[in-house]
Amino acid sequence: MTGLDNLYREIIMEHYKNPRNKGLVENQDYRLFRIKNPSCGDDITIQTLVVDGIIKDCRHIGHGCSISMASASVLTELMIGKSVEEAEKIADNYLNMVANKEYDENIDLEEAEVFSGVRQFPARIKCASIAWVAFKDTLK
Amino acid sequence: MMNNPWKKDFPQLTDGSVYFDTAATSLKPQSVIEAVNHYYHDLSANIHRGMYEAAVITTELYERTRETVAHFINANPEEVIYTRSTTAGLNMVSYIYGLEKLNEGDEIIVSELEHHSSFLPWQNVAKKTGALIRFIELNQEGRITVEAFKKVLNDKTKVVALTYVSNVMGYITPIKEIIELAHQYQAIVIVDAAQAIQHIKVDVKDLDCDFLAFSGHKMLGPTGIGILFGKYALLKELDPMEYGGDMNEDVNKDVSTWKEAPFKFEAGTMPIASVLGLEAAIRYIENIGIQNIHEHVTKVHRYALAQLNQISGITIYNKGSETGIISFNIDNVPSHDAITFFAEKKVALRAGQHCAKLICDWLGIYSCMRASIYIYNTYKDVDLLVETVKQAVEYFQELGF
Repeated sequence: MTGLDNLYREIIMEHYKNPRNKGLVENQDYRLFRIKNPSCGDDITIQTLVVDGIIKDCRHIGHGCSISMASASVLTELMIGKSVEEAEKIADNYLNMVANKEYDENIDLEEAEVFSGVRQFPARIKCASIAWVAFKDTLK
Repeated sequence: MMNNPWKKDFPQLTDGSVYFDTAATSLKPQSVIEAVNHYYHDLSANIHRGMYEAAVITTELYERTRETVAHFINANPEEVIYTRSTTAGLNMVSYIYGLEKLNEGDEIIVSELEHHSSFLPWQNVAKKTGALIRFIELNQEGRITVEAFKKVLNDKTKVVALTYVSNVMGYITPIKEIIELAHQYQAIVIVDAAQAIQHIKVDVKDLDCDFLAFSGHKMLGPTGIGILFGKYALLKELDPMEYGGDMNEDVNKDVSTWKEAPFKFEAGTMPIASVLGLEAAIRYIENIGIQNIHEHVTKVHRYALAQLNQISGITIYNKGSETGIISFNIDNVPSHDAITFFAEKKVALRAGQHCAKLICDWLGIYSCMRASIYIYNTYKDVDLLVETVKQAVEYFQELGF
């Protein structure tokens, strides 16, 4: 598999074309965070509903490259049902993984594992991170 | 096309890479590198201060460069201010002129073709003074026209801040006619020449512009040095923006005085090595001749367009570009996905909004790729670019974009 094929994995393309949990809901109980990257034009908003320390819903909207869009979709699917504590741990681990920093391989990143190919493309780390950073901000 | 006679002067290209990103920053020829090294290696003295030999030579070279710049743009040396970059120059005008002279109800004319550096400083002035920003309506092709300019020009117009050459569309603005009209209304005109200076003859006397800014690093020179031209009559009456060493004439507890222009606008130690490098860049361009550069760029640009036009699955936004800039997208592929493909093939392009979001909005796109052509680019470079575009179209189609 070449570097590029490693980046554009089937699961990533599948999420890009069929994003899960896309579109925001009008509900004051959700926490919302938006990040724009002015240099590339990415614009992502993540919306999270936490009830009793559990993420009951997680949604996203925005536009950007396939990596940023797919990582938002994978994020939302993965996070629903997790406790806030668990979610933060997973998000930190994921962000370390895509940035090619040390990360704990024992923490299950589930489908988000497919973004490990981003490590070979330092210029794309931001693309894979933006939704996850926004998500963490919705938990603050 | 014969072998490119200039390519060998650029050590950055010895690894065989292909560089189409001059609009972001140009490559630097050996002579510029040597001029910068000469300062650090042999001189390393400050200017306007020391009496020892290195300091005297450095001051001479620093002031000689001012004359070289002045000659290059047909200005007087005392109208040439050293700055950090185009951005710094345009911001300086907004501070020393805009914030000082503008009032509520005054109008500032800009366009959607502006780089953020030519727009945001005036948005700031408008916010702080109560002045109003007016946009020239671009024509169908995305150009600034004299006709459209006339429609926004009026008695309230005080400032016109426009790009000479758009960094996304590559169009040359009919700036001379615009300046003449603006002056009939006593408005001043600030020209962003960052993308013009390396492509066409810039003559500030012929244009009659009030201010004009450009950067060294987009015209084969070093980073960290830019030029702000200002008409002497204006510079003479305006206050400095920064205060500190070297710009003052006499310092007292109660009242201090400043040197004459341009020195009162150069506070602190300036990027001396970069100034010396800029002189080498100007000499390099003058040796080739700006007209010859323009002809070469035009030839390579036409050759590229002829082939790119044949490729289905891409959209080119500026087929009428006059300065070797090609902005395009692969259909349905976000530019940051596409650009990674080019990077893998060692073809250096730029993707994004190019610090010009307003024109992206106007085009109805989030971002695009940009290939910009300069003297070191060859037909062979173009062949690789075209081949890579074809492969990219196919690759992303297969992926399902």
